[in-house]
Amino acid sequence: MAMATEAPKDRFRLSMLVYDTRYRAVTIQVIVLVLVLMGLSWLFNNTVQNLALKDRDFNFGFLWNRAGYDIGQALIPYTNNDPHFRALLVGLVNTLVLAFFACLGATVLGVVAGVLRLSRNWLVARLMTVYVEVFRNIPLLLWILLTYVFLTETRPQPRDFRGEDPAATMWLDGSMVVTNRATNIPGPLFENGLGSVPALGLNVSLNFLAILAVVAASIWANRIVLWRARRIQEDTGRRPTTWWQSLLILFGPVTALLWALGFHLEYPELRGFNFAGGIALDHAFTAMFVALSIYTGAFIAEIVRAGIQAISRGQTEAAYALGLRPGWTTRLIILPQALRVIIPPLISQYLNITKNTSLGIAVGYLDLRGTLGGITLNQTGRELESMLLMMAIYLTISLIISAVINVYNSRIQLKER
Amino acid sequence: MADTSRDAAYVRQGMIGQRTPPVADRGAIRWLRENLFSSPLNAILTILGALAVWYMLSGLVPWLLRSVWDADSLAECRAIVQQRYGEGVTGACWAMVRARWHQYIFGFYPPALYWRPVLAFALMFFAIAPLLFADNRRARLILLSAVTVLGGGALFGVVYGVAPRLLGAPVESGWLPWALSAALIGLLGLAAFRPRAFLGFVALYPVIAYWLLWGGSVWGPVCVLLGFVLLALVYRLLSPHLGAAAGAGAAVVAAVVWWLALQGYVSGPLQAALPAALESVNSDRFGGFLLSITIGVTAIAGSLPLSILLALGRQSDMLIVKTLSVGFIEFIRGVPLITLLFTASLLLQYFLPPRTNFDIILRVIILVTLFAAAYLAEVIRGGLAALPRGQYEAADSLGLDYWRAQRLIIMPQALKISIPGIVSTFIGLFKDTTLVSLVGLLDPLRGVTSVVRADIAWKGIYWEPYILVGTLFFVICFGMSRYSMALERRLQTDHR
Amino acid sequence: MTDTALAPASGMNVSDEVAIQITAMNKWYGSFHVLRDIDMTVNRGERIVICGPSGSGKSTLIRCINRLEEHQTGRIVVDGTELTSDLKNIDKVRSEVGMVFQHFNLFPHLTILENLTLAPIWVRKTPKREAEEVAMHYLRKVKIPEQAQKYPGQLSGGQQQRVAIARSLCMKPRIMLFDEPTSALDPEMIKEVLDTMIELAQEGMTMICVTHEMGFAQAVANRVIFMDQGQIVEQNEPRAFFNNPQSDRTKLFLSQILGH
Repeated sequence: MAMATEAPKDRFRLSMLVYDTRYRAVTIQVIVLVLVLMGLSWLFNNTVQNLALKDRDFNFGFLWNRAGYDIGQALIPYTNNDPHFRALLVGLVNTLVLAFFACLGATVLGVVAGVLRLSRNWLVARLMTVYVEVFRNIPLLLWILLTYVFLTETRPQPRDFRGEDPAATMWLDGSMVVTNRATNIPGPLFENGLGSVPALGLNVSLNFLAILAVVAASIWANRIVLWRARRIQEDTGRRPTTWWQSLLILFGPVTALLWALGFHLEYPELRGFNFAGGIALDHAFTAMFVALSIYTGAFIAEIVRAGIQAISRGQTEAAYALGLRPGWTTRLIILPQALRVIIPPLISQYLNITKNTSLGIAVGYLDLRGTLGGITLNQTGRELESMLLMMAIYLTISLIISAVINVYNSRIQLKER
Repeated sequence: MADTSRDAAYVRQGMIGQRTPPVADRGAIRWLRENLFSSPLNAILTILGALAVWYMLSGLVPWLLRSVWDADSLAECRAIVQQRYGEGVTGACWAMVRARWHQYIFGFYPPALYWRPVLAFALMFFAIAPLLFADNRRARLILLSAVTVLGGGALFGVVYGVAPRLLGAPVESGWLPWALSAALIGLLGLAAFRPRAFLGFVALYPVIAYWLLWGGSVWGPVCVLLGFVLLALVYRLLSPHLGAAAGAGAAVVAAVVWWLALQGYVSGPLQAALPAALESVNSDRFGGFLLSITIGVTAIAGSLPLSILLALGRQSDMLIVKTLSVGFIEFIRGVPLITLLFTASLLLQYFLPPRTNFDIILRVIILVTLFAAAYLAEVIRGGLAALPRGQYEAADSLGLDYWRAQRLIIMPQALKISIPGIVSTFIGLFKDTTLVSLVGLLDPLRGVTSVVRADIAWKGIYWEPYILVGTLFFVICFGMSRYSMALERRLQTDHR
Repeated sequence: MTDTALAPASGMNVSDEVAIQITAMNKWYGSFHVLRDIDMTVNRGERIVICGPSGSGKSTLIRCINRLEEHQTGRIVVDGTELTSDLKNIDKVRSEVGMVFQHFNLFPHLTILENLTLAPIWVRKTPKREAEEVAMHYLRKVKIPEQAQKYPGQLSGGQQQRVAIARSLCMKPRIMLFDEPTSALDPEMIKEVLDTMIELAQEGMTMICVTHEMGFAQAVANRVIFMDQGQIVEQNEPRAFFNNPQSDRTKLFLSQILGH
């Protein structure tokens, strides 16, 4: 009977560094690390030399100097006496607000288009295909420019709305108007408002905080209603009809609050040379919003369509064979599975929207890139610092969004062997 | 009627043939009923859809029908439309396209030298064909024949038609289209009958294309090629003795030394001794679709080696390699392309040794290449993941080391699976080339259009340039995406 | 091999009540005539095996019985309810008829228990606890009660198919349809599924199986129906069918599958 002996210990030879699998990985990594460090130090060295040659230093102090330029659409209070840092914040808020609304618009459009694309109606399905293919294959920048040109060149001037028999009329029964200067929509006014409170350098409106709180409470209350309904169904088998309860709970308190605050809409009116009242949306913003929504909507439509089609037909058939009606089949079987497939690429598209807001510079929309990477950079000449800071901010946003995708993915992973 | 109840044995005597379905279930009426009006909701949708189509077409079609093709300025266009169709009516002014289409395609490239980009473009199809139609020889030859015919026609067109009209005088090198068409036919023959020699052309294409587009002495590109030859030679000589990794390292070092230091000393005297050069064209003359295609193709082709390394690195078990790969990829994918373009134009001068100065186009191409590498790395990673695990194990069990296994077994399959993703990335990149106008380059969308609009004759024109550029982009991108979808379908059946 | 220990004499457990009546049924896919002049009667308690070459329309036939496919002419009456476009009739039929698919079609995002209780809760409006008791009862019947909290992806193919059978049984159907239930299984798992089906047959369930498993047919079936080109070509009780096929097509088909 042979005895198991220990493997003979080799004496260490230099060639083992390359050939022995135990050391090989370490050798390669060490070499790679050394090369990368060498490269980085070369870049760093060059930078230092170049800065010295141009007689500049590397610091971020310029952020606290006076900005000295105006920003047309500023959603937080800002004057040209504020420091560059505040201009940066204005730009960042502009970026995030545009991204938020564009994500919303794109999702709505994309879901509708994606579902309709699968419709049995031949005409509608073809139309959606045309929409998706046309918008996906033409650069976003072109759509932005086209929309902007459409708004600024073809829309009538404010004075065309004046008089007994005006050349142009407002939309939606006088509540909305698109001139070649801006888009004017109704704005909220509170007669018995609660006022606003300065905090964090912003004027935080207590009205909106109250509305937000009530809406949050309503949603939470609605969840309790649904939970209660589910318990009843589990116990007795019959699910109580909850839709009228949900409607009441979601919309009742908010409506009451708005009435108590004396909420009404202020409509834009022609005063003097332009429309005043309500909210005036800059054409740069509108063009970006419309173009981003429709362009990304086309991609989202494809994602939705692929997600729904990824669910094999057998799932629907099994559900039907068990006697489940189509509505329940979609809700209980198809949608949960489809969402798993749809949501990760959907969030990627949201990331794309956020990055694409930087195209606003083409139409003069002052987002983060327009303020920090544009005017501030040009005025202070601090190219290196501004660009690095800007890239760091974009990177942070995108890493946050990627982390969301990863968390979602790991939580809903289908368990397999 | 057969009695197929229980216990009854039954045998059919004569088989029933096919019959046609009942009348209500055939033909146009059935189709209409099922597809357009199958339910009240569907009927409403159909009506809404039809209304939408009508609304869009009623605005667009009349405008298109009232087109003016022959005019010298926008004002003249408008006058002609008013004259022909009445007051207050607008029509499309395609005369601008007739006057300026060459700028949209070539930018400011010298008209007398238009044959060079045209030839480079035709040759690009020759170079790509083996990759796109790897198993389908017939499709490949059909494509290349079409390219030969169209390319030859285009060459004749630019030399005899376009250039003389733009320059006002006939071009001297009238023999060129003949010679070049013959060369194309010869190349077609090579592709058909000598596929292996043809691969040599594919390898040489990047250098040929560079030389055609930018011009200059032929010895420059030749020396670059010599560098690659040097690389191969050193690798062959040293690797048996020092091992694959060390041999590769030494080869790379030798090639880099040649390119950076020694090459200049050789090409200069060669040029003096045997002058052979094409007229040099400066990068700032590049514009329009020539610029977009150059940037796009160069970025994708150039980024492939790097993206393969990144994909392998991302998958690797080695912590440092993996971290570096992931870090690079996430960084590039996390920032907008505009910031990278601005890095190219503003910041690169900080990162490179003082007083190095090179072309903005080259700087942009470098950064777009890095950008493409990060996105392609993700695509290739997907391709690697789609490979069955058994392939890796089979390669290992055959005794192949890591790099041989990659080169011979893993990468060819992974790349083939990734081609649809690569084409998608290319389409996205191609659309993104419109952003280079923001760093001052002449892309077809904003760059050339602003040049056209700066001319007093065409000041104020806006729909027609956008429609022109949009249509061209649509045709190119849609064509590529259809090809990619067809390829994906074919790959799925292959890999079932 | 004649009588096995478990084969009941064919003819036992079969009542005179008609479960399914198909009369002059034709179906077209577009202009392709996929089912031609089908006449078939199934009595309660009968076990029918349908076999035939691929493309013969056998799967389409049983899918017409629970309206997963629509027929164009002819009548199908299931348990006294005629199958038309009337949704109420379709719902009624589907809750009386259970179906087991070739590729199992379990719902991957739900646990096994949830797979089984879904239909009783939402269609029959059973309270959750009662539904779970019924589900555990059938899981025990198919001999995998311990898998109740697992997900379908964690089970083997044979286990998944048995869960699929249990899922259909939870709706207490009076008729069970099987569409090639063992064709997607590895050989060592086919037996466990067939055993479950044989047990079901012995309890008197009315069953129509599309399958190639001729051993199963011989053990359990009252009738074997052979289909080709969308029509019923031959039918007989199993022994006569296998030992003495009449039609040439039947002989050819049998030689192909029983040849080895």
